[in-house]
Amino acid sequence: MSMKISTRQVDGVTILDLSGRITLGEGSVQLRNAVRELLGKGSKDVLLNLADVNYIDSSGIGELVSAFTATRNQGGELKLLKLTKKVHDLLQITKLYTVFDIKDDEAQAIASFSHK
Amino acid sequence: MVSRFSYTLDSSLDSVNKVEQAAEQLAQKSGLDEDQTFQLAMAVREAAVNAVLHGNAYDPEKKITASFENNGSSLIIRIGDQGNGLDPATLPDPLAPQNLLSGSGRGIFLIRSFMDEVHFKLLHPGTELTLIKHLDPTQKSA
Repeated sequence: MSMKISTRQVDGVTILDLSGRITLGEGSVQLRNAVRELLGKGSKDVLLNLADVNYIDSSGIGELVSAFTATRNQGGELKLLKLTKKVHDLLQITKLYTVFDIKDDEAQAIASFSHK
Repeated sequence: MVSRFSYTLDSSLDSVNKVEQAAEQLAQKSGLDEDQTFQLAMAVREAAVNAVLHGNAYDPEKKITASFENNGSSLIIRIGDQGNGLDPATLPDPLAPQNLLSGSGRGIFLIRSFMDEVHFKLLHPGTELTLIKHLDPTQKSA
């Protein structure tokens, strides 16, 4: 039921590979803490790989938005990679598809960050 | 044939998960497809989160109630709390440009998006949400 996060660096971009559920409680808190830690270390370019996120609730959606604004407020960029159909549909319903920069290809996503 | 079951539960995330699972089982038994099952379970989960988090504020003295019914033509789920009461008219529109980047406030919107009918009832104290999903003729009573 919980979420797992692993972090890697590719060409100056920090990629968080998330898997599981981002929901009220554990999943949302894990994501918040992971992004806070990255920003605290000075990371500017963050790519959230959601390929293995099979479920997200309104709290998790809110956490994605908060991560997006927190990164932007520090002069950085946060983008989303490889949405599952369910997450894609939820971001469309909530109109957040127009807010996030969403990519399907990791190499193209990495190349798209403006700080690089 | 009408089938109905209900729970009275603590104000906890475990209760939210239990209510979500019950909704998923009801949907599957009633012949909803995968997308419809996902939507119903998510709507019910959001209602339960609302009851536990915003209604009862995790108060161990307060309970949430959840009832599930298949009356042959509709699935009817009622989620109640013992909080201060929710006036849906006061909820901001999460799709309004000024609210798009809000970190919260999408739960009721998602419930309304996924259900055919949503009704709010003040309980004094508390709120009861009634979520209704109409079954099509190929779907069945549980």
